[in-house]
Amino acid sequence: MKTNIEDKKPNSHSGAGGYNHTKATLALAKASFRSITRSPSAVIFTLAFPLIFIVVFGFIGGGGIKLDVAVAPGSDLNNPVIVALEKTSVIRLTKNDTQENIDKNLEKGAYDALISVEKNPNGLPAYFTNVKYTSASLTNGNVLRSVLNDIAQQLNTVNQKPAVTEIRATTITGRLHRTIDFILPGQLGFSLLSTGVFGTAFIFFALRQNLVIKRFFATPVRRSSIVLGEAIARIGFALLGALFIILIGHFCFQFTLINGALTVFNMLVLATIGVIVFMGFGFVVSGLAKSESTIPPISNIITLPQFLLSGTFFSINAFPAWLQPISRALPLTYLNDAMRKVAFEGANLWDVRQQILIMLLWGIGIYAVAVKTFKWE
Amino acid sequence: MTDRKAIISVSNLVKHYDDFKAVQGLSFDVYENEIFGLLGPNGAGKTTTLEIIETLRSKTSGEVTVDGLNIDTNASAIKQIIGVQLQAAGYYPNLNLVELLELFAGLYGVDISPMEMLAKVNLQDKAKAKYKELSGGQKQRFSIATTLINSPKIIFLDEPTTGLDPQARRNLWDLISEIRNSGTTVVLTTHYMDEAEQLCDRVAFVEAGKIIALDTPDQLIDNLIASGFERKKEVKAANLEDVFINLTGKEWRE
Repeated sequence: MKTNIEDKKPNSHSGAGGYNHTKATLALAKASFRSITRSPSAVIFTLAFPLIFIVVFGFIGGGGIKLDVAVAPGSDLNNPVIVALEKTSVIRLTKNDTQENIDKNLEKGAYDALISVEKNPNGLPAYFTNVKYTSASLTNGNVLRSVLNDIAQQLNTVNQKPAVTEIRATTITGRLHRTIDFILPGQLGFSLLSTGVFGTAFIFFALRQNLVIKRFFATPVRRSSIVLGEAIARIGFALLGALFIILIGHFCFQFTLINGALTVFNMLVLATIGVIVFMGFGFVVSGLAKSESTIPPISNIITLPQFLLSGTFFSINAFPAWLQPISRALPLTYLNDAMRKVAFEGANLWDVRQQILIMLLWGIGIYAVAVKTFKWE
Repeated sequence: MTDRKAIISVSNLVKHYDDFKAVQGLSFDVYENEIFGLLGPNGAGKTTTLEIIETLRSKTSGEVTVDGLNIDTNASAIKQIIGVQLQAAGYYPNLNLVELLELFAGLYGVDISPMEMLAKVNLQDKAKAKYKELSGGQKQRFSIATTLINSPKIIFLDEPTTGLDPQARRNLWDLISEIRNSGTTVVLTTHYMDEAEQLCDRVAFVEAGKIIALDTPDQLIDNLIASGFERKKEVKAANLEDVFINLTGKEWRE
């Protein structure tokens, strides 16, 4: 074997005073960042999952609600009721379906209602409008009911002066609140939660279990450099992921960024606070886990309730009253809340100080636990 | 031999784990530029002793100095002049060998060329491979490369040849001898007496946390023969390993 061990440079290592902790920290951050980008689970949880949800909700969310209404076979189509319904944008009429198909789809809720209009042979009113709703789609049924009432009112009062009142409704041109404006901040929060908890738990468990950290301890590196280097890499990766999600949302699905780049910056500041807090959970999990296979269940105990209860998919106002206090205790709720306020309402960081404060309190609490439970060896 | 300069001095080293007395008053010196072997059965206290000298483990009592530095007060300075290979240690996941060496260069605060380091242990063609894709012998050679990054005065190798085939073992002996010849002191542990006999300048036998013999392999063998020991079986001029190497060749298999 050819070796050139002889050409050692005796002065190539720095003396006791010359050791550079920043250099060590950055070397660790670089190594960790490379490792994260090559880890399939990090990429899937941070980018793929949130993007899938955003794409799904981005496409279905655009047009608000649509009511699917079947017109009974053989129904008269040339009457003012059907003509008025056709002009109503929220209603999608299907005119040529078979009775058998209609019944099946009503039962499943694929149709929200069945409508048939018949001429009154006995004079006035000129038409009878029969509507069959389905219990499989009550909410949409109620919307249809009010649409029909509105149409009936208009048709019935043609050429008549209202006796009591005429409602003059106007709509101001507001900001269009799309589904994406609600979904994207929630998915962003979930992405940060996954990166923080799972990523941190797995890497520190693996480093401890495989004696990687012990080998590090045989070098002059400080423990704080190991934690800091890892944190820099993970925060950097999370922020790149967040930026990617925000830009995809903005340019492909018209996610509202009310103050442009400043909004993005504020969101990234919130993301940083979020991922630091969530990493605290990760440190706790890595300390509690007895084996690699216990990491996912323990992590899920932390992430799943937040995923479901922190307003990721639905506003927490939609939850039953007894559940809401639990939602309002979770850190992700405040991250989501702050993100939405910043992105859609144009709030600045000072406006969401309450949310930030609660996240910081969580941070202090969880790092206090982490210091007790974290194991180096 | 006693006029040589000691680079490591261990005196009355004691390590207790709760009730278990792992190390019970070890004393020995390692001389500059020798290969020093710690021999003994599993659980004798070899690894514990190494890890105390490496400043990875605390001691219960005793004195240890490494190149004149006390392990209690100068642990950080000691870490900069030693290289450590741990038994069964892994490396940072998802990184290739070059990236791992860059990481260690940062941890030691030195500038090295990763390819030059790999050349020292003949792993240039594995530069882009991950650690876990290497064979047993390659893993050990890579571990040794990481111990050389900071141009250390002393390297510690804990069972470097365990689990390797005869070719890989001999190959590693050559590497370790070259490291010693280039001026680095080597402290290693092993279970293989043929390895200790061929490789080590001096060996210490550790049993139940105590040193029961310390000398050159030659001298220890002579002492035993002088005491009237005889092998039951006539020793032949070659052994089965010689046959193995003769039949399968010296070149190392990957």
